[in-house]
Amino acid sequence: MSKEPLDFSASCPIPIQRHLRVLLAHGGGGRLMRQLIEQVFAPAFRSGPAEPLHDGVVLEFAGPSSRLAFTTDSYVVKPLFFPGGDIGQLAVFGTVNDLAMCGARPLWLSAGFILEEGLPMETLWRVAQSMRAAGQAASVRIVTGDTKVVDRGKGDGLYINTAGIGVAAEGARIGPLEVRAGDAILLNGDIGRHGMAVLAARDEIHLESHIESDCAPLADAVLRLLEERIEVHCLRDCTRGGLATALVEIANDCGLRMDIEESAVPVEEETRGICELLGFDPLYVANEGRFVAFVAAQDAERALGILRAHAQGAGACRIGAVATEGSGMVILKSRIGAGRILEMLSGEQLPRIC
Amino acid sequence: MKFIDEYRDADAARRYVQAIAKLVTREWTLMEVCGGQTHAIVRYGIDELLPKPIALIHGPGCPVCVTPVELIDKAVAIASRPGVIFASYGDMLRVPGSQRDLLSAKASGADVRIVYSPLDAVKIAEESPDTEVVFFAVGFETTAPANALAVLQAQRRGLRNFSTLVAHVLLPPALEALLQSPRRTVQGFLAAGHVCTVMGYNEYHSIARRYGVPIVVTGFEPVDILQGVYMCVKQLEEGRAEVENQYARSVRPEGNRPAQEAMRRVFRVTDRRWRGIGKIPRSGLALAEEFAFFDAETRFDVAGVEAEESAECISGLILQGIKKPHECPAFGARCTPETPLGATMVSGEGACAAYYRYRPRPVRR
Repeated sequence: MSKEPLDFSASCPIPIQRHLRVLLAHGGGGRLMRQLIEQVFAPAFRSGPAEPLHDGVVLEFAGPSSRLAFTTDSYVVKPLFFPGGDIGQLAVFGTVNDLAMCGARPLWLSAGFILEEGLPMETLWRVAQSMRAAGQAASVRIVTGDTKVVDRGKGDGLYINTAGIGVAAEGARIGPLEVRAGDAILLNGDIGRHGMAVLAARDEIHLESHIESDCAPLADAVLRLLEERIEVHCLRDCTRGGLATALVEIANDCGLRMDIEESAVPVEEETRGICELLGFDPLYVANEGRFVAFVAAQDAERALGILRAHAQGAGACRIGAVATEGSGMVILKSRIGAGRILEMLSGEQLPRIC
Repeated sequence: MKFIDEYRDADAARRYVQAIAKLVTREWTLMEVCGGQTHAIVRYGIDELLPKPIALIHGPGCPVCVTPVELIDKAVAIASRPGVIFASYGDMLRVPGSQRDLLSAKASGADVRIVYSPLDAVKIAEESPDTEVVFFAVGFETTAPANALAVLQAQRRGLRNFSTLVAHVLLPPALEALLQSPRRTVQGFLAAGHVCTVMGYNEYHSIARRYGVPIVVTGFEPVDILQGVYMCVKQLEEGRAEVENQYARSVRPEGNRPAQEAMRRVFRVTDRRWRGIGKIPRSGLALAEEFAFFDAETRFDVAGVEAEESAECISGLILQGIKKPHECPAFGARCTPETPLGATMVSGEGACAAYYRYRPRPVRR
């Protein structure tokens, strides 16, 4: 499951040499802020010829659909760079994926930055370049933004908020209430890598790991399903709370029972190893490039074929089905054959004592 | 994954279930001692696979659950002092004290940090010489050696800003207390594999003999547990009461000698209160005289802190295997992981947490 590397290393060196770190004045609305926008953000995000900076942007679109999808998300991650991704890439792909889960083609993003005074300018530059590359990979444009700077010690270096607008695919009705008894439940690959990659990258835990985040844009794979007229009833990306939480939320909303085969859910060896070690359940670990699709049973095999031919679905598999009876719950059939109810977690998973 | 998959194999599990069914002629009540085993049993539905006459009851082996409420209060009191970094294993943070838990102390400004090893706390102490760093030394014999090493390392490095709040408990005295109880129902034990990895199982022979109970040292995967049940039931059916080792891939009769040595150097045996159960003689560890300098209770003068447990919480009965989580009127209603009355509802190894997570409602198929 190779991902196109986001290569910005060979491109432009950081242009701002005078200030090696972010100063409070970079958010002050004056000359320094303008410099920051003109020298860091505008070159990274601009797609056409330079235009005067303005308070907002006017966008035009043409197409058969008159329905827009609109979403927003804020990104907070420690460390800012981790194996397989970084906060900038997350901020683009995360919002793109939320639009994709509405069955929409993502078009435009806004980017709001909250910077901590003292953040190395080079870090901000790398993040902006990563967002640029991620935007290109996901075919979205970052068209407007904002910057604020907070006192040193009041932020973890850098927070990003992105909002996104996309055009919903014509005719597609996608959401928990569209789920039908008998639907096949598909997953586009192995789970648990993002959460474990970020955890392993933190200083406090001394683990040597080769796990890379699965961070990836999902819109193209989803749109491929819709273009091929797969009857997609519901989509959900398995981010915070993992696969289990995504399924439980949908089951609660649609009021139907879902039967999931634990042995059908792929988890890579190394991810499993770290989860076993810390007492984490991979079903609840965050992903950034995984989604579940509820599709009509007769379309399931074809949908799997389409996903498997796509870079973001090489490991796609059928993990279960929506039952014809029973109400609003998810039953996980364990490897040894007994069933248990999946619930949402209370708070985060905490590493166990022994 | 090696050492995992073969012990979660559906065919192997089925074979043991069938073998147990063939063996059993009457009702037997077994206790799995360790909370890790309880979670595997509930998670994989092992108790539902077993033939009816065999009842599994859940034992006291959850270190978080048995840590007495006043120790949580002491931890919160110490953590709330300015200039203190309080380092703890993750699953202690949500355990309710009489007023608050460590997570809410953290939200109120206390510097509470999750560490994955006690040596990380020593490292923090080394890096912040002007701050008091306190490690919450919780656990059974499993974690005690690493915590002992942390104290030895702090001593060797001359760290005057490191101390430890010791809440260690020992399993064999708790098993004896259960066996002496007039409400005793348990007829055989699945002993905790990880505790025995450290301590060995030589000290269990006299317990098996004196109380006439079979004790099978058992691992944590479904097939381990089913094999442990099989061995235990076989003994019961044959009228034997011996110590056997199912978990031989990890446990030696004598245990891990260097680990025991470190424990013996740093700690001394003491009486300890168990949450929900009460005081059990010689069932805990405290710092030995030579290491009294590292005792956080003395350093922060919290030895006098006392606290009452919630009267509504029946975790004491649950930890003794007298009741099951479902039988508590507060379960899932007044008591949930968000608003726990007792530690068994929040600990990663707590029986109530296992039931709430894996069996919140009966499954109708």
